[in-house]
Amino acid sequence: MIRKLLKGAKGYAVPSIFTVVLVMLETALEVFLPLFMSSILNTMQLFASGEALTSNLIYLDFSTGEIVTKLAGTAFVDSAILLNTVYTYGILMIISAILSLTFGALAGHLCAVAGAGFSKNMRGYLFEKIQSFSFANVDKFSTASLVTRSTTDVNYAQQSFMMIIRTVVRAPAMLIFSTIMAFINQPDMAWVFIVAIPALGLVMGLLATRVHPLFKSMFKKYDAMNASVQEDLVAIRVVKAFVREDYEEHKYRQATEDVRQAQLKAEKLMILMNPLTSSIMYGTIVALLLIGGADIANGKIQSGTLTAMMSYCTQILMSVMMICFIAVQLVMSRASIDRIYEVLETESDIKDGQNDKTVGSGSIDFVNVDFSYSNNGENLTLENIDLHIASGETVGIIGGTGVGKSSLVQLIPRFYDVYDGQILVDGTDVRDYSLFNLREGVSMVLQKNVLFSGTIRENLLWGNENATQEEIEAACKAACAHDFITSFPDGYETDLGQGGVNVSGGQKQRLCIARALLKKPKIMILDDSTSAVDTATDAQIRKGLKELSKDMTTIIIAQRISSVENCDKIVVLDNGKINAIGTHEKLLKTNSIYQEVYNSQQKGTVEQGGDN
Amino acid sequence: MPGPNRRAMGAQKPKNLKGTMFRLISYLKPYKGRMIAVILCIITQSIANIFATSLLDPLLKGLAATADSDVSLTGIAALDNLALSPDIGNKMSYLFIMVALIAAIYIVVLAVNYALNRILIGISTSTMKKLRTDLFQHMQQLPIKVFDTTTHGELMTRYTNDIDMMNEFIARCIPQFISSTITITGVFVIMFIKSWELSLVMVGMLVLMFLIVKFIGGRSKTNFVAQQAAVGKLNGYIEEMTEGQKVVKAFNHEDKSIAEFAKINTHWQEVSTRANSYANIMGPIMNNLSHFFYAGIAVIGAVIAVTTTRKNPLDYVGIIAVFLLYIRNITMPIQQIAQQINLLFMAVAGGERVFALMDTPVEVDDGYVTLVYANIDEEGNITESETRTGRWAWKHPHTDGTVTYTELKGDVRFENVTFGYEENKTVLHNVSLFAHPGQKIAFVGSTGAGKTTITNLINRFYDVPDGKIRYDGININKIKKADLRRSLAMVLQDTHLFTGTVMDNIRYGRLDATDEECIEAAKSANAHQFIMHLPEGYQTMLTRDGENLSQGQRQLLAIARAAVADPPVLILDEATSSIDTRTEWLIEKGMDALMEGRTTFVIAHRLSTVRNSDAIMVLEHGVIIERGNHDDLIKQRGKYYQLYTGMFELS
Repeated sequence: MIRKLLKGAKGYAVPSIFTVVLVMLETALEVFLPLFMSSILNTMQLFASGEALTSNLIYLDFSTGEIVTKLAGTAFVDSAILLNTVYTYGILMIISAILSLTFGALAGHLCAVAGAGFSKNMRGYLFEKIQSFSFANVDKFSTASLVTRSTTDVNYAQQSFMMIIRTVVRAPAMLIFSTIMAFINQPDMAWVFIVAIPALGLVMGLLATRVHPLFKSMFKKYDAMNASVQEDLVAIRVVKAFVREDYEEHKYRQATEDVRQAQLKAEKLMILMNPLTSSIMYGTIVALLLIGGADIANGKIQSGTLTAMMSYCTQILMSVMMICFIAVQLVMSRASIDRIYEVLETESDIKDGQNDKTVGSGSIDFVNVDFSYSNNGENLTLENIDLHIASGETVGIIGGTGVGKSSLVQLIPRFYDVYDGQILVDGTDVRDYSLFNLREGVSMVLQKNVLFSGTIRENLLWGNENATQEEIEAACKAACAHDFITSFPDGYETDLGQGGVNVSGGQKQRLCIARALLKKPKIMILDDSTSAVDTATDAQIRKGLKELSKDMTTIIIAQRISSVENCDKIVVLDNGKINAIGTHEKLLKTNSIYQEVYNSQQKGTVEQGGDN
Repeated sequence: MPGPNRRAMGAQKPKNLKGTMFRLISYLKPYKGRMIAVILCIITQSIANIFATSLLDPLLKGLAATADSDVSLTGIAALDNLALSPDIGNKMSYLFIMVALIAAIYIVVLAVNYALNRILIGISTSTMKKLRTDLFQHMQQLPIKVFDTTTHGELMTRYTNDIDMMNEFIARCIPQFISSTITITGVFVIMFIKSWELSLVMVGMLVLMFLIVKFIGGRSKTNFVAQQAAVGKLNGYIEEMTEGQKVVKAFNHEDKSIAEFAKINTHWQEVSTRANSYANIMGPIMNNLSHFFYAGIAVIGAVIAVTTTRKNPLDYVGIIAVFLLYIRNITMPIQQIAQQINLLFMAVAGGERVFALMDTPVEVDDGYVTLVYANIDEEGNITESETRTGRWAWKHPHTDGTVTYTELKGDVRFENVTFGYEENKTVLHNVSLFAHPGQKIAFVGSTGAGKTTITNLINRFYDVPDGKIRYDGININKIKKADLRRSLAMVLQDTHLFTGTVMDNIRYGRLDATDEECIEAAKSANAHQFIMHLPEGYQTMLTRDGENLSQGQRQLLAIARAAVADPPVLILDEATSSIDTRTEWLIEKGMDALMEGRTTFVIAHRLSTVRNSDAIMVLEHGVIIERGNHDDLIKQRGKYYQLYTGMFELS
């Protein structure tokens, strides 16, 4: 997992490593500080009691500027020695603190640099990866989950990364330095830590493993509770229409009670953490007081030494707690990192073709095509499709929901690959084209229309970024979009808002058609792209398409017979198989499905214009 | 959208800090006794901690003191004598007694700490539950208008983010504030008693610390705001491009979107680095400031000890030692308060949003006419029944104390109804219409013509100011909303199923319906067949709005749900528009069975659903421009005729 995290730090190795080094220096200085402190205190104490030095004392004589060493047992502390010692070590402390502050602040800054860089990298990798995904890849992960992985999960990973470079070194370094210093200083007191450290680790580890599943189950209940609010919000009209407010409230009350109990259960265990860890800490302090106190009474050490030991105690035990905390945090963020890598390690299952041929004519051949979303022969969405479409033809596809109409056309620009058989465009297997060239030649208006935030013009330029105003207008006129666009006060510069919220469904569909037309494709596929447009406009769009480009092959998927009845041929799809192919007149005479659909619409199924 | 609700709920910064805080605290009222216990625990804990630290001074001093030293220790003569005795055994006793005392205080601290937290989680979990249910209960009573004008995300945040922040306030902010304040005050009192000169030095240093915190905190805050905006932009782009990924691919637009993303990502990186740098620098600064304090106090203390004429400079050593220990004791709570202040603001802002929603006025209901089960004899005399009889009556109490009953027939009339969602924007102009019991009335017209508005008015999701809609002759504003809605069933375009079994979802229409009645309803809606094909039949669990069902199946369940409710009036709002025509055939039978004998309002996309209606209203811009049955309208050769024949004429 650490290895995975490090991969994200690419290009930010220098700040990352410097953070680690600086934190280490900062920690080392922090360990020295209690030492200076105890020198000051001890000297003061000797000054007060009038006893001889119990250990060697080194200080800077400020009146002469020399470094003086007084040996243990030989010298007594007078006020000059006291002041010089306090100044010396006071200044040393301040210098150390300044250095420590500088290192710490610099480390903090570099950590921010590295953390943001890490996050940027990860998000960038994910974004590029997702952009390279095939439709099948996206379907497998689901859009919502890909978004969560790129946002929330990356965030968690960044937090972990920053914590690792700042504390993964700091806490153990602090632990090791402080323990070493404690042992050098007072070996007969320091053994206390040998008992305390594992005890603390054990207690925290045990508690964390017990608490973790309880919190997990609490979060699950918490999610369920919020889901019930969400459900109520979305369906508020149903709730109110059936006068079910009390019923919903009862449900929600139950959910909140579940959360309360789960939380209580988890927290009850969690609040043991503080008393347990504190009791180890206090126990250690009491032990130090007893041992050190006896030594002071016996004149072996000064009280400054004991105070220093007590600061080491705090530092050592705090760093043990920190290590446990990091461990827990890493376990929690592990799930996020795994989810990110699941995406990064997925290869797009559509490989680019080697041929650099471009699509010259719009002829399409389906040869014995089988297709399955799960890519196995058991569960075929399309079976044994044989279909020839000549260049420049207009073909309609009719069939109920879920019979495979969209699946069929999505195979042409290789949004999905066939399971068996092959599809030829302009006589070449689609898998031999480079995806770029193939998709340049094939334009498709998807069933789910997506416009992006930005102006109408910006969206249209997706089709062809070099399109002139004339070309744009021609495409929009063909798609019956020009009139409503110019009716907006800002015309082509109208801002669409995110997801094109500022235009109606029918207008969106027409913009999408115009955008696809700007590509000047050889093959144009309209997947139920005019469902929100009234019949008159629908017919006009079809006329417009033909006028704009006579030799463009056009495939129209529609619910309405009126949308396809003038096509050169109409394919009736049923249950993943071609049921019949023919002209409107022929099918009307021979095909029962076509007749059924036609009759159901003859009863008066004229769709209402959404926005005209 | 302009409106009082929107303005009240869009508040971001805490506007009324005190008021909101008091209101939040008022939620703790039921736990007054326990809250007092908590506060007592916190006080005990803080004082015990200070006490334990203050014992260190006499302990260390006593141990180091020689028999002839003239120092003040604990103030208890017997103990002091032990410490000052030349006998090492006595000194040891002094050590043991003092350490035992400190240990005893530590045990008190631990016990009190546990008790305190135990009480607190009880209070905070219960309070959160109360807050959540209060909010939910209130929210459900809000008029539909609020839901129409506020996004779901906005309302959801109240339940997730905002309430969680309030929990922080109760469970963490309050106790932490009390304890920090007590510790700081306590430590200062002791410091001043011990040495006012050093205390003043300390105060000066703390002021410096405060200023630095304030400066960096302010910088950090502005940068965090900028970061928040950058994150919003970044996440927005990710969402948009991931959702539109298929379109990106269809247009060979991958490289361009990657380049654009890199730009946004880099901008985020810059802003985020700045914001986090400030936040990260705070820690080392606070940490090392306390080292400066150490050194400063030590040097100044030593100078004072040497230069001033003290009775015994040894006293001063002890004082300095205690001061140095207190530095940690006092900088910690100050740091905590600094951190908590941000949390406090966020909690209050969250509380403000939650309370704003709670203060949004609920749906007004002045209705007093209620719906009752009725027995009706041959002469038309109506008597109220306790149990379901299959007939209903409106119970109409009058001011003179008498009660009259009117049979529920399903006669609905609009008399010159003019209505707009906003004051200056009328959606319906002077609409008059009538539906006799059992008739099917259809509305046709483009989006925004006012079709759905009419149904919104019938079930009083929105109210017409004066009583121009009559139901069985009764002004609907006089009918209690709940009873009015019980007499109507709605099938909407978006079906909305609930988490639960298929059976639960059908029973949603009438909670006391038996399993048999639900199955009967499913059969009449033509849903029985597909339900039996589900893995566990009627007991199949539906999750997330029935994601495992097809649109048609969901619609069939919605129809079954309406069927089991068995109301005299039915509203079908675009109920079949997202289903293809062949699937619609299947549903149609269910629909026809459902509509039989009921007054039905149909809003339809497809004219096939509308054709056999008793009356068809063609709406345009809130005005009924044509009305009549199918044949009449065809004869009129107006808009309806155009729509109906459009495909033959134009293609």
